[in-house]
Amino acid sequence: MVKVYVPQDTTSKALGADEIAFAIESYAAQQGIGIELVRNGSRGMFWLETLVEVETDAGRVAFGPVMPEDVDGLLAAGLLHGNEQHALFLGLTESIPYLAKQQRFSFARAGMDDPLSLDYYTANGGFEGLTKALAMNGQAIVDEVKNSGLRGRGGAAFPTGIKWQTVHDAPADEGETKYIVCNADEGDSGTFADRLAMEADPYQLIEGMVIAGLAVGAECGFIYLRSEYPEAHRILNDAIARAERAGYLGDNILQSGRRFVLEVRLAAKAYICGEETALLESLEGKRGMVRVKPPLPAIKGLWGQPTIVNNVLTFVAVPFILREGASAYADVGYGRSRGTLPFQLAGNIQRGGLVELGFGTTLRELMNDFGGGTFSGRPMRAVQVGGPLGAYLPEAQWDTPLDYESFAAIQGVLGHGGVVVFDDTVDMSEQARFSMEFCVAESCGKCTPCRIGSTRGVEVIDRIRANESRQANIALLEDLCETMVDGSLCAMGGMTPFPVMSALRHFGEDFERGE
Amino acid sequence: MMNNAAQTNSYSDIDPDLWQRGVVDTVANLKKKRGALLPILHAVQDEIGYIPPAAIDYIGKALNQTAAEIYGVVSFYHQFHTSPGGAHQVEICRAEACQAMGSRALEAHAKDSLGIDYHQSTSDREIRLEPVYCLGNCACAPSVRIDDKIYARVTPERFDRLVESVRTKSVEVK
Repeated sequence: MVKVYVPQDTTSKALGADEIAFAIESYAAQQGIGIELVRNGSRGMFWLETLVEVETDAGRVAFGPVMPEDVDGLLAAGLLHGNEQHALFLGLTESIPYLAKQQRFSFARAGMDDPLSLDYYTANGGFEGLTKALAMNGQAIVDEVKNSGLRGRGGAAFPTGIKWQTVHDAPADEGETKYIVCNADEGDSGTFADRLAMEADPYQLIEGMVIAGLAVGAECGFIYLRSEYPEAHRILNDAIARAERAGYLGDNILQSGRRFVLEVRLAAKAYICGEETALLESLEGKRGMVRVKPPLPAIKGLWGQPTIVNNVLTFVAVPFILREGASAYADVGYGRSRGTLPFQLAGNIQRGGLVELGFGTTLRELMNDFGGGTFSGRPMRAVQVGGPLGAYLPEAQWDTPLDYESFAAIQGVLGHGGVVVFDDTVDMSEQARFSMEFCVAESCGKCTPCRIGSTRGVEVIDRIRANESRQANIALLEDLCETMVDGSLCAMGGMTPFPVMSALRHFGEDFERGE
Repeated sequence: MMNNAAQTNSYSDIDPDLWQRGVVDTVANLKKKRGALLPILHAVQDEIGYIPPAAIDYIGKALNQTAAEIYGVVSFYHQFHTSPGGAHQVEICRAEACQAMGSRALEAHAKDSLGIDYHQSTSDREIRLEPVYCLGNCACAPSVRIDDKIYARVTPERFDRLVESVRTKSVEVK
């Protein structure tokens, strides 16, 4: 019996993994070779997808990137025997430098097995954090998270333990419960870490949310999942059902008498609903309009009750912290950014994928050592870090260490860890225009600087690009951006100027082409 | 957005079985949920293909909200449509990672080859074209979604082949 792994995450499927799996099964049946085909999650090395692995005496060996049209030849050349001579042979998967050089805390299990296998999960550290948490009181769990130094991985980097403490200390109304809400509306371009966490290791997210519930005394959780992720939706629903049957969710978690129920709610294609208060409005069945803070969601959140809203990556870091202890997590990192961040290499990049590392590596190391330069082979010119509201960075800034404070110092944001690379064919005035255009499409409309400012921003950039009263319009754009930064309710209007102004400041020549 | 309202304003234009299953049963099953509106709208659109104006009234009554409130929610989200579109939805990612890999040329090609703009459907009612801001497939851009399947590294030629294959599939089903 030969064990073969073909991933089932979105990217692998988008590259033909289903066809490859089908071809392997048909070939084995035809040749009378006994195989066990496992549809694992991806390891996150998307440049090598579809990455087919075969278990051999030496360990798991990999072939990739396998295209559907390669698979017949590969099978004939002895894929199932781990043929080392084949051009797509990559050696032991664990030894591929891209993977070997990472520090995987939250993605250690990603791609190892069928993501829905509870046996695999529990045999590899799964639910150990939960078991420990069940023996602790809420305050002790909150203290452990505080001591780990974990900060919100959605982008704002607020200390998670402090948020949890606030919810822990705030009482729910009579007859109500507190809530645990997972922000899985991963809308930033260039990010896919949440998706991979959900598609490749869904129980880890469930475990993190149950631990949060135990910590603050919440009995109900929601995963607010973007509708652009149909695979994650399917896998999460299946994982929740299995976890319930096995007693990890429900009215009596592992016979402890503690209760936590969890439901996936589908978002509806609105970028603004990644903002936590708009997300809560949406969960309540309303337009995703941003709320004025205070009150903070930690005090009055979902249906007016104390609510933890954390990103997927924040919750998935928690089981490790409980299992291995706060210091094991805090020992890694840089400055006030503790632990690891799963960086995501995307856009025009040779080796795109997920790279989980402790904070502190430089952007250049990440893009060159892991990314291997551009996909087009042309020189890199601009890099947008932290999603559509993140600054465009010119080469002079690529030696900045990847941590929250170092990025803030250059008026950049690390955000959710997305790194989008552009080559020298990019027109940065067009990118600046797009940032404003995106804000027009996605603004909730509640505050004027964002709603009107973005429309005016598109117009002003168009005039600059058309060479109309250039200096006056540049001054106007700067003034408009300042108003948006200072006067918007949330990060949508407040940060849209970051990519715009960074493009203008660092790539001013692109605004001078004229027609 | 409401340009088809005249033809679809009454549920009598919808097959009665579809109305029963897609609206009446859906609302009955979901309305007890807290924050039921989005789950209901998703389910109605999954069954019927869009949110008929008559359903907006019906949902409003069931949830004790005005039709205006329901319409306000429907129109806020890019997900929901109030008029019937194509049999298949084709979404092209417009976000930055895909732009860095040539999605601007891809979207121009798509509009040109389908002969429609975003939010429109082809005259044979097979394809509705929509923009999408990120499919989470940013390491292998540009990305396209057709119904529930996502495709990576889509060139203009591959786009045409993919569209052709879903069109052919519908013809076979009929």
